[in-house]
Amino acid sequence: MVVEPVKIEEYKSETTPTWCPGCGDFAVLRGIHTALARLKIKSENVVISSGIGCSSNLPGFVNAYGFHGLHGRSLPVANGVKLANTDLTVIATGGDGDGYGIGLGHFIHSMRRNINITYIVMNNQIYGLTTGQASPTSEKGMLTKSTPSGLLEVPVNPIALALISGATYVSRGFSGNADHLSTTIENALSHKGFSLVDVLSPCVTYNKIQTYQWFRDRVYTLEDEKHNTDDLKQAISKSYEWESKIPIGVFYKADKPTYDDDEPALQNGPLVNQPLDTGKNIAKQLLDEFT
Amino acid sequence: MPKDEVILRVGGAAGDGIASTGESFAKICSRSGLHLLAYNSYQSVIRGGFIYLQLRAGRKKIYSHGNKVDFLIALNQLEFQRNIVDVVPGGAVLYNSDKIKPDSDQIPKDVILCPLPVNEILKDIGRNPILQNTVALSSLVQLLNLDVDVMNGVIRDYFGKKKQSVMDINLKVIEAGYEYAKSNLPDFDFDLNPDYNIKRPVLTGNQALGFGSILAGCKFYCAYPMTPASSILHYLIAQSKKSGMVVKQAEDEISVINMAIGSSFAGVRSMVGTSGGGFALMTEAIGLAGQTETPIVIINSMRGGPSTGLPTKTEQGDLFQAIGASQGDFPKVIIAPSTVEDCYYSVIESFNLADQFQIPVMVLSDLFLSEHMESITDLDFNSTIDRGEIVTSNNSDKLYKRFKYTDTGVSPRAFPGTSDTVFQASSDEHDDYGNIISDVFTDSEIRTKIMLKRMRKMKFIEEQLPSAKLEGPADADLTIVSWGSTYNVVHEAIEILQNNSKNVNHLHIKYLIPLQKGIKEILSNSKDTLIIEANYSGQLSKLISMETGFQINHTLFKYDGEPFYPEQIIDKVEDLI
Repeated sequence: MVVEPVKIEEYKSETTPTWCPGCGDFAVLRGIHTALARLKIKSENVVISSGIGCSSNLPGFVNAYGFHGLHGRSLPVANGVKLANTDLTVIATGGDGDGYGIGLGHFIHSMRRNINITYIVMNNQIYGLTTGQASPTSEKGMLTKSTPSGLLEVPVNPIALALISGATYVSRGFSGNADHLSTTIENALSHKGFSLVDVLSPCVTYNKIQTYQWFRDRVYTLEDEKHNTDDLKQAISKSYEWESKIPIGVFYKADKPTYDDDEPALQNGPLVNQPLDTGKNIAKQLLDEFT
Repeated sequence: MPKDEVILRVGGAAGDGIASTGESFAKICSRSGLHLLAYNSYQSVIRGGFIYLQLRAGRKKIYSHGNKVDFLIALNQLEFQRNIVDVVPGGAVLYNSDKIKPDSDQIPKDVILCPLPVNEILKDIGRNPILQNTVALSSLVQLLNLDVDVMNGVIRDYFGKKKQSVMDINLKVIEAGYEYAKSNLPDFDFDLNPDYNIKRPVLTGNQALGFGSILAGCKFYCAYPMTPASSILHYLIAQSKKSGMVVKQAEDEISVINMAIGSSFAGVRSMVGTSGGGFALMTEAIGLAGQTETPIVIINSMRGGPSTGLPTKTEQGDLFQAIGASQGDFPKVIIAPSTVEDCYYSVIESFNLADQFQIPVMVLSDLFLSEHMESITDLDFNSTIDRGEIVTSNNSDKLYKRFKYTDTGVSPRAFPGTSDTVFQASSDEHDDYGNIISDVFTDSEIRTKIMLKRMRKMKFIEEQLPSAKLEGPADADLTIVSWGSTYNVVHEAIEILQNNSKNVNHLHIKYLIPLQKGIKEILSNSKDTLIIEANYSGQLSKLISMETGFQINHTLFKYDGEPFYPEQIIDKVEDLI
């Protein structure tokens, strides 16, 4: 049997992205289109949940079910979708402000669950949609609209947080290396459990420091270095590399039971397929418990 | 004539076993064919504090836990003194006389002391501080002339899953307490007229809300622990094997409601439960449900506010919060169930309304309604589940319009997994396909059109909901207006008032948004009006005035954290007419 290759075009929506020319998010969008095509996942079985921000507009540019929700809440929605229908491929997307700022709590708790979803963060170290304020991943000392005397806080380290919070696929991509990014996203989607793809996705309009060139001068791929992805301690150590050398690729990967595997009420298959009618016998039993 | 009703209060500290004693007595009563209502007054402490449970039982339907008590079971010295003033003349105090030494100066005249020398009674059985409760309860069963075998059955069921030896000890304790009371305590003139062939279910409001959600086909319940909503979570997780419901405790209420919206978006009936503070955190997402037209049921069991307020006390102070929850205008329903039985029906109705109109439905309970136990007669299992219009395939060569402009404002929904209905649900304003219109160019024409489409639903919701109904004589001298959990106590007060030849009727309002039809007509025809609310500012009174222009004449507001007593309402009415 000859299997027709699935074309990337099938995953493109009719809406044209609204991002600035040169935005790193284009590579992420391309990466998602490519990964879905390579994995031949049907559009109708994909749900992409996002929050608010430039990057959170992404679901609209993919031919898949999309839920463009509230700022910082893409992960709770994605958790809910997955628990409702485990047959779906569930992706949450957004930016660093959305995921590592206002939504940070959900980030950590979703990873603790090791729920089988993929989280792709377009990390540009700045607030783009609100025109250039400091973000949770902005460097200390950075001059932004909201920090004219320099940012006084140190940045969040999402990779380190993911490693210590229970995520079982922890990776970083770079929009300047589209092929590597597509593969990283593809592997994240294939992974069973919570997968994080933190993408260095330059904001060409508001971040004049962390530019494509700034990253090109620093990034190297963990795959080339034969990094051992089973070794959590080594991964944590790698997650602290930043100033002069920045690793991209998979830091850590583990095969562990997922929340959706373990949840007793999901043992009969997806919730959405369960009959709604409780039945008079069960109703009677439940009422009898009150006498 | 013997009394046909009894009021029991069990007073002690947290950790003394008050709740289990109360529950056991409730089961003894309900298995004796009696109606009952019980209220638990407690504080936010795990051990200590001043806690009591008050239970009133009789053959007729019970509408309040009453005020003064016939029997007090005092579990410590302090509670003995604190509560004895509430015992009626001719009533009695049962207490462990090994531990509690009554101060004769403080004992009101005509209150009968029933000391229980627990060590002596149990000398051949065993020593355990909690056994004193069983001694007191079995003594009370004897004093009320109830069948001790019913109590044995309750205890057998309770310990059935635990150790046989513990159960055996308890059965011996029951016998010892019962026999002691028979030989040593005075007779009391009670005939509760038990019928051992009737077994009445006894539920709390929260259990009824949970039970109703199971029968409504809810398959996803999400919550963050918060008094007084937590017992919905506890009930539903305990039943999850039978119900097949995923019951999820999430990291905060923001996550709770967003998860439930995600689950509902994916096609599963979903509900969340919380109290005022958690509800405040949910508000942004309530608008999200409105904007994305995702059905969801939100229970807010109100407690005393503002802020942390009175975590273990009751109030009806969140009506305005619910009305104003989230920015902007969107269609929504607010329902306030009145009784435990009504909690069951209201939650089923809420799921249907949420699905039919693709809206958030808020259910306003309160601590009193959520946590008090009430006997019910029966529940109807024949309620229909109406999931509204759902598309399982796009039978056209055109693109699916998730938010299609329709006459009713309701556009058929599709769930992810459906092959040719892929769409975006967006919190941003969007067109009928779901395409965002907010960012690149804001199309004011489409904005107006889609806003009208969504808001059109309200007209149809209002039409579908039943009109307000007046209970009692149409020509009454006074109409009492109430909402939510005060239904029962107002009902009882009116019964007493009518027996005292006061001509009073009752307008109880269940649907707050949209405000029920017919309220203005009823009130305009009333001779005089009084509204009763457990809040400071008279939130329903203001809502009625805002929506109908009608100003209610008199008010009785209470915000001390305790539920209303019939006497408070009667006193107010007697001042007026």
